[in-house]
Amino acid sequence: MRNAFAKELTDLAKKNPKVLLLSGDMGNKLFDEFKTAAGGRFYNCGVAEANMVGVAAGFAMGGFHPVTYTITPFATVRCLEQIRVDICYHNLPVTIVGTGAGLSYAELGPTHHSCDDIGFLRMLPNISVVCPCDPVETKLALRAAIGHNGPVYLRIGKKGEPNIHAAEPDFRIGGSITVKAGNDLCLLSVGNMMTLALAVAEKLSKENKLSARVESFHTIKPLDEALLEKLCGAYRTIAVLEEHSLIGGAGSAVSEWMEDRHITACRLLRFGTGDYFLNACGKQPYARAQYGLTVEAVAAKILKDHIA
Amino acid sequence: MAKADTKKLQSIAAELRGKIIETSCKAKVPHLGSCLSCVDILTALYWHILDIDPQNPAAETRDRFLLSKGHAAPALFQVLAMRGFFPSSELENYGKDGSLFAEHPPAHGVPGIEAATGSLGHGLSIAVGLALSSRIKHIPNKTVALMSDGECNEGSVWEAAMFAASQATGRLIAIIDYNKWQATGRSQKIMALDPFREKWKAFGWSAYETDGHDIAKLIKVLSKLPDGSGKPAAVICHTVKGKGVSFMEDNNDWHYRIPKPEEVEAAKKELGLIKP
Repeated sequence: MRNAFAKELTDLAKKNPKVLLLSGDMGNKLFDEFKTAAGGRFYNCGVAEANMVGVAAGFAMGGFHPVTYTITPFATVRCLEQIRVDICYHNLPVTIVGTGAGLSYAELGPTHHSCDDIGFLRMLPNISVVCPCDPVETKLALRAAIGHNGPVYLRIGKKGEPNIHAAEPDFRIGGSITVKAGNDLCLLSVGNMMTLALAVAEKLSKENKLSARVESFHTIKPLDEALLEKLCGAYRTIAVLEEHSLIGGAGSAVSEWMEDRHITACRLLRFGTGDYFLNACGKQPYARAQYGLTVEAVAAKILKDHIA
Repeated sequence: MAKADTKKLQSIAAELRGKIIETSCKAKVPHLGSCLSCVDILTALYWHILDIDPQNPAAETRDRFLLSKGHAAPALFQVLAMRGFFPSSELENYGKDGSLFAEHPPAHGVPGIEAATGSLGHGLSIAVGLALSSRIKHIPNKTVALMSDGECNEGSVWEAAMFAASQATGRLIAIIDYNKWQATGRSQKIMALDPFREKWKAFGWSAYETDGHDIAKLIKVLSKLPDGSGKPAAVICHTVKGKGVSFMEDNNDWHYRIPKPEEVEAAKKELGLIKP
């Protein structure tokens, strides 16, 4: 996703002289092409994220569309108050990009995990929270964010994620993309959980004759309410999968939405990270397993809890 | 600057002080000491230094002023009203439910306010972004951020200082209202700022010091900026919290205290706004 982001941003900057890139001393070599194409519009803001966000707000007030970029916890929670006041309160066109979201950088330890960013950011007025599932969606999400006249948080993974979409699907902030059709239940997959969600759907189909629809539920805010309404009418079980805390993330957002509408005919299952930091380290699949985010564990819970 | 002009600005400053104190009493708005310490700086800026047009507050080429010490909003609102950004009568609503005028500058709705501030340590970073925007667009305007000494406790101020120096934002000016107090004590004692001027120099800035209540001196220093060095400039203004009213001067109670009507009268007499 990182490389797709850098390439798309370079293309956008060539076309749009308002696009600026502010990096928190991240992306060694990743932005070489951007620097060549739009050299005067690249700012290495150093390891000083609070200032980077304030500077981005100033640029936006000055008529530009800045994109801030660094590792997710530092792009978001580290400078949360600057995002809240400088960007969201002023409702400025700034795109905040967090790379290595969720457990993407599992082996770097909990300082670099980001399982709380969706929760923190979706609380802030005016901002949209977007979690693309693959390199294709990353490009489309960035394009949409640059075209959006307000703050957008783009939560992306690392490099090497597989393409889920063979071609460019329709993409809009506040929408969702159907990746696989299904009749028995619906999986709302957030961001980089897509590979796992598809594997769960396949397992349920093969072993249990359950047909699961899979959505790339890329926008946590604003929620695709029209879709949720349809899904609640069509399915008795909806599961949200995210590499984010069960407190405050996409699952929470959907459950709030359902609760506010007194939806009882449809059961919501939530899969995400627990309320604890990981003490032992490991790669992403290991870290996911510690939180029960494996194909087997997710499928087992769905089989146990879904309404037949 | 001619002596007559200085006198005129001094009387504007006195009038502003009177209005700020009156409004504080009426609207129950605090931070009087912090407002009064920067009135002369604001007067020098808004009546002499800044290239701004109250009839066209969004002009692209305007100078940009950020009240980074947002708690002095009661002072800035009076300045903007007196300069004609909006009718003074609008400030009658100050402190009332539904008013646009809060204790800190809002993001939307008040002409002449460039940015919402109040959480300290934000204004300088925004100013750097604005100054760099102007540079990209080849607009030769000035960007000015007014900070308090207490505000310089915030680490983000020094992040912004280093970044501004690395970017050689030569048209950026940081003014510090150095009244030696913050909310609950002496600023030097709480977070050692001194040697303050040397600190800014060490961070790669041009640094100046002046009497923040001598309007002629303020104008002399500020008129020379940008100084052509290519460095951002810090102007440390030595001020007195509560300046202009004997019983408020250097008395930190007036960070939060609201004046009683009789204190407003006494203050206005001292300011020469009503005959004794």
